Amino acid sequence: MTVKHLRGLLLLPLALLLGGCHLVLLSPSGDVARQQSDVMIITTIIIALIIVPVLIAIGVIAWRYRSSNEKVRHDPEWDHSPQLELVVWAAPVLIIIIVGAISWIGTHQLDPYRSLTRVAPGKPIAADTKPLEVEVVSLRWKWLFFYPQYGIATVNQLAAPVNVPIKFKLTSDTMMDSFFVPALAGQIYTMPGMQTMLHAVINKPGQYKGFSANYSGAGFTDMRFSFDGMNPQDFKDWVAKVRAQGTDLDRSAYDQLRQPDRNAPVHYYAHFESGLYTRILNRCVDPGQVCASQMMSADAKAGHAMQGMPAPADHVDAPSSGNAAAPAQAAKTH
Amino acid sequence: MPEAMPHRAAIWNFLFGRLSLDSLPFLQPDLEGRIVLVTLIVVLIGGLAILGFVTKKRLWGYLWHEWFTSVDHKKLGIMYMILATVMLLRGFSDAIMMRAQQAVAFGPHMGYLPPEHYDQIFSAHGSIMIFFVGMAYITGLMNFAMPLQIGSRDVAFPFLNNLSFWFTFWGSILFMVSLFIGDFSTAGWLAYPPISELQQGPGVDYYIWGLQLAGVGTLLTGVNFVATIVKMRAPGMSLMKMPVFSWTTLCTSGLIIATFPVLTATLFLLSLDRYLGTHFFTSGFGGNIMMYINLIWVWGHPEVYILILPLFGVYSEIVPTFSGKPLFGYSSMVYATVAIMIMSYLVWLHHFFTMGSGADVNSFFSLTTMMISIPTGVKIFNWLFTMYRGRVRFTVPMLWTMGFLFTFTIGGMTGVMLSVAPADFLLHNSLFLIAHFHNVIIGGTVFGVFAAVNYWFPKAFGFKLDEFWGKVSFWCWQIGFWVAFGPLYILGLMGVTRRLSHFDNPALQPYFVVAAFGAFLIAIGILAFVIQIGISIKRREAYAVGNDPWNGRTLEWATSSPPPDYNFAFIPNVHERDAWTDMKKHGYQRPMEGFNTIHMPKNTAAGAIIGVLSFACCFGLVWYIWWLAVVSFVGVIAVAIAHTFNYHRDYHIPADEVRKIEHTNSWQPDTAEVRA
Amino acid sequence: MNTTAIDTAGTAPSRFICHEEPPVHNGTLLGFWIYLMSDCFIFASLFACNAVLGTNYAGGPSAAQVLDLPGLAVNTALLLISSVTFGFAMLEMARRNQRAMLGWLAVSGLLAAAFVGLEIHEFAGMIAEGAGPDRSAFLSSFFTLVGTHGLHVSVGILWLIVLMVQTGKFGLTEANIRRLRCLSMFWHFLDLVWVGVFSYVYLAGVLR
Repeated sequence: MTVKHLRGLLLLPLALLLGGCHLVLLSPSGDVARQQSDVMIITTIIIALIIVPVLIAIGVIAWRYRSSNEKVRHDPEWDHSPQLELVVWAAPVLIIIIVGAISWIGTHQLDPYRSLTRVAPGKPIAADTKPLEVEVVSLRWKWLFFYPQYGIATVNQLAAPVNVPIKFKLTSDTMMDSFFVPALAGQIYTMPGMQTMLHAVINKPGQYKGFSANYSGAGFTDMRFSFDGMNPQDFKDWVAKVRAQGTDLDRSAYDQLRQPDRNAPVHYYAHFESGLYTRILNRCVDPGQVCASQMMSADAKAGHAMQGMPAPADHVDAPSSGNAAAPAQAAKTH
Repeated sequence: MPEAMPHRAAIWNFLFGRLSLDSLPFLQPDLEGRIVLVTLIVVLIGGLAILGFVTKKRLWGYLWHEWFTSVDHKKLGIMYMILATVMLLRGFSDAIMMRAQQAVAFGPHMGYLPPEHYDQIFSAHGSIMIFFVGMAYITGLMNFAMPLQIGSRDVAFPFLNNLSFWFTFWGSILFMVSLFIGDFSTAGWLAYPPISELQQGPGVDYYIWGLQLAGVGTLLTGVNFVATIVKMRAPGMSLMKMPVFSWTTLCTSGLIIATFPVLTATLFLLSLDRYLGTHFFTSGFGGNIMMYINLIWVWGHPEVYILILPLFGVYSEIVPTFSGKPLFGYSSMVYATVAIMIMSYLVWLHHFFTMGSGADVNSFFSLTTMMISIPTGVKIFNWLFTMYRGRVRFTVPMLWTMGFLFTFTIGGMTGVMLSVAPADFLLHNSLFLIAHFHNVIIGGTVFGVFAAVNYWFPKAFGFKLDEFWGKVSFWCWQIGFWVAFGPLYILGLMGVTRRLSHFDNPALQPYFVVAAFGAFLIAIGILAFVIQIGISIKRREAYAVGNDPWNGRTLEWATSSPPPDYNFAFIPNVHERDAWTDMKKHGYQRPMEGFNTIHMPKNTAAGAIIGVLSFACCFGLVWYIWWLAVVSFVGVIAVAIAHTFNYHRDYHIPADEVRKIEHTNSWQPDTAEVRA
Repeated sequence: MNTTAIDTAGTAPSRFICHEEPPVHNGTLLGFWIYLMSDCFIFASLFACNAVLGTNYAGGPSAAQVLDLPGLAVNTALLLISSVTFGFAMLEMARRNQRAMLGWLAVSGLLAAAFVGLEIHEFAGMIAEGAGPDRSAFLSSFFTLVGTHGLHVSVGILWLIVLMVQTGKFGLTEANIRRLRCLSMFWHFLDLVWVGVFSYVYLAGVLR
């Protein structure tokens, strides 16, 4: 039986129960999420192989050996059996070996830092394909997306052509959030001063929900964005629209943008100041702040105090660990 | 860094720190203010009624001498259980408010709670339920039953035991005070930075100091119990003859000793960041928020095993008792408990697979997490085979145990699903996760606590709990649990995240309405439990039972119900595993002559006084009332030192007195056989 | 099973009870030792923070710039010698030589007080130079780890004074001997932690 059949088997009773409600985690539209969902379904079925008989046995044994039932054999001294205890240990061990192997392979194959090798089952990525690069910043409480290949940026709307691998680099301005489009791929944290990565692909055009899956304060509930999977032509048109309608994102505009607010509308930026994402990551958007990357290399060089460093003061929100590459490394090795 | 003080004359800032009339939410004219005001009035009326009753009945002296200053492990255990039940009502009213909010807040309706208030409620719900309900319940059970089971007169450090209780008690009072003075943390039950670093006001500080007090109390309890079990077992009771509940107490205490210091240190560092402007978990100046998340879960994951292991012990007592058979695979059970204790240290990272730690690290923690389900599975099988060929009596404690076996097993299954790292990338932080951990905490810990209360209540008070209301409570909880959390599992699979205060998709509303109804059923279950206790106290003469109402197997059933202060007139001499069954089998008769003088610890007021002073110190720290913090801290040290000058901490119960007590207790009706 | 017989009076000797009170095992030393082990976990957490944050100078001074190794040598010597003198006190206690014991205890306390004094002096100097605990994560973890150790030593000194008063007043009673043994464990434990602090935070910190 293939996973597809299993999925049908699992979905059937749930579908009856739910009357057509959309369980996005069990039927996502992106290849990565679909594989993660497959892993979840397969492991559930394997665990059910042991759990379901145990559940039945609990009921059957308890009822059969009720004190009023005189028809069964009682043995009030029986309290051990080496063979049975071997089985008792071996059965869960076997199940866990199988599920563990699946998890081990799945964790490596679906590592969000790993580049994709296919866009869909049986569709490997052509050698000359360039992934769409998106740099993501979570703000209080909205999402900012940079498209470095197109020189545009958007707020609370993310678009991508179907069947093209997407490479996300993610960071956060202040809070710790989690970037999650359930239809696309599993979530990944965004953290201030650090960079995480995610590779994904969307296979079906459509509007999907994206949001922060990690609580980040009062406006967190409204921290939603729309993720639009588009045909290549539609995507081109969309980029053109952003260029036509968008405003300019420089440091002062960013400073406006990063002020906390709820329910921020979708906004387009036709241009953004170059290196802005790197500055956000290194926490040196404000003039006068020293970038974390510089500070790290200074720290690494025997840590001599830098000339002209600003003295510690509360308003100087100085950088955390790492440059563009190092923080990702820091997150990875942690 | 401490934030600015209110603008007013310096003397007021000196006297009251940052506390001002604006900090009192019940004076605010908004909806939240009204809610708090009504709550305050209800609490005041209730509190005054209780105080009036105690004063009118002249019970203050009795309470002070017999309870507050008591070093008796049984009384302290009972006080922990009462504290936990009161806090359960508080934590559950938070839960009902959350369920109600999520059931109505759809589309344009934002519900009746603004996010700032809603966020406080879920933060308080989580921390109260873990620290002041779960921890207080298990500490109470271990306190009451363990020394009796190992045949000792008290714990190793009776005074510390009293002190631990007062630390936990005043920690919970600090949480309750945050309801009416100032506000509570909005940073979630684990106070992740950056929120916990950036949130202004006293909320996070209430959280920190409340937990510090409770944490120190718990740590002392852990030290106390290990020393008790190692040093004070009855002669002949080798470790492998010890009842499983005492084994799980030992392992739990070991976990407490090895993890609560990490919590203390982590919260200490967080408070340094907040008070002195250090940079442990800040985003700038080289701080690292991931450090906090790792440290808090190094404590946090063993903590969930601290919450479940004692109840595994409870089930291991109840299943053999009500199956009329020894526990199947005792050694397996012990090894499984020890395995869980050790492995619980090696799984913490599964709480943040999505941090980007890399595939190798995630795989390692995914595997360790799965492996911990092996000993847990072994335990389930062992309980199953204990019932096999037994005579199962479906009493109320056994019903709770059956409910546990069904519910917890399913919770275990969803737990293994979450432990598969690729699946966790989808399920992390979703309502599926919420449903999972309530499935194991309610199905494991809460059901176990109710099983244990029904099981040991006759031992503690000499009369049984009402069966009818016990069964009502059980079925309301059991059905209510699935009605409340079944929808959350489904919502989780729909990709709905936790901690949302309102929703835009109206299709989700029916699920939340059903979940709210489930919470309502659980509320009836809690009410039924309170009624059960009330009715049983009222009919205590009719419900009076003998010393061994369940045909028990372990030593606590060998003494009177309730046990005398000294537990056993003669320390038992143990030969077999189920010591009391062994004694009954050989026709043991309780001796009524030949008593010895018994050496017992004296009550002391130092614990209660240190508790109050620590509370004052922490309250001063929360509100920057530095003089109060300093004075009461010096007071704590002074009382502690003064206490060490008291060398006369023991007294002797003369043999005649023991004889009198033993003969009085033996008059109690002894209905040995209890109908199932 | 006949459980109704339990409460009927009967004095037949039984192998199931101890007819004499069994000897009481005092758990204080074990309990205190367990407490010390739990204290280890507090220090372990602080060491872990130092390991992670120890090179995050945030552009501020590095370990090599602010840590005073000659001062450290004096400090370490003071603490180690106080451990030795505490050992002498314990030997005198074993001989029930109360005066000599109190003398050695006083020496140990003074050495430890000098240690704390030097540490406060070092801290004050660093803060005056602008290298306070709020300057960088490295300095936060340095001050906290070293300061927590210093706080422990200070508590030890206070405890020592109390015990000296109690021994002077009540003599070398069983309870006082037990307390002195606990303090002795505490004292040597803090020495061990200090070995970790100076080798890891100071020496390794300056080298990296």
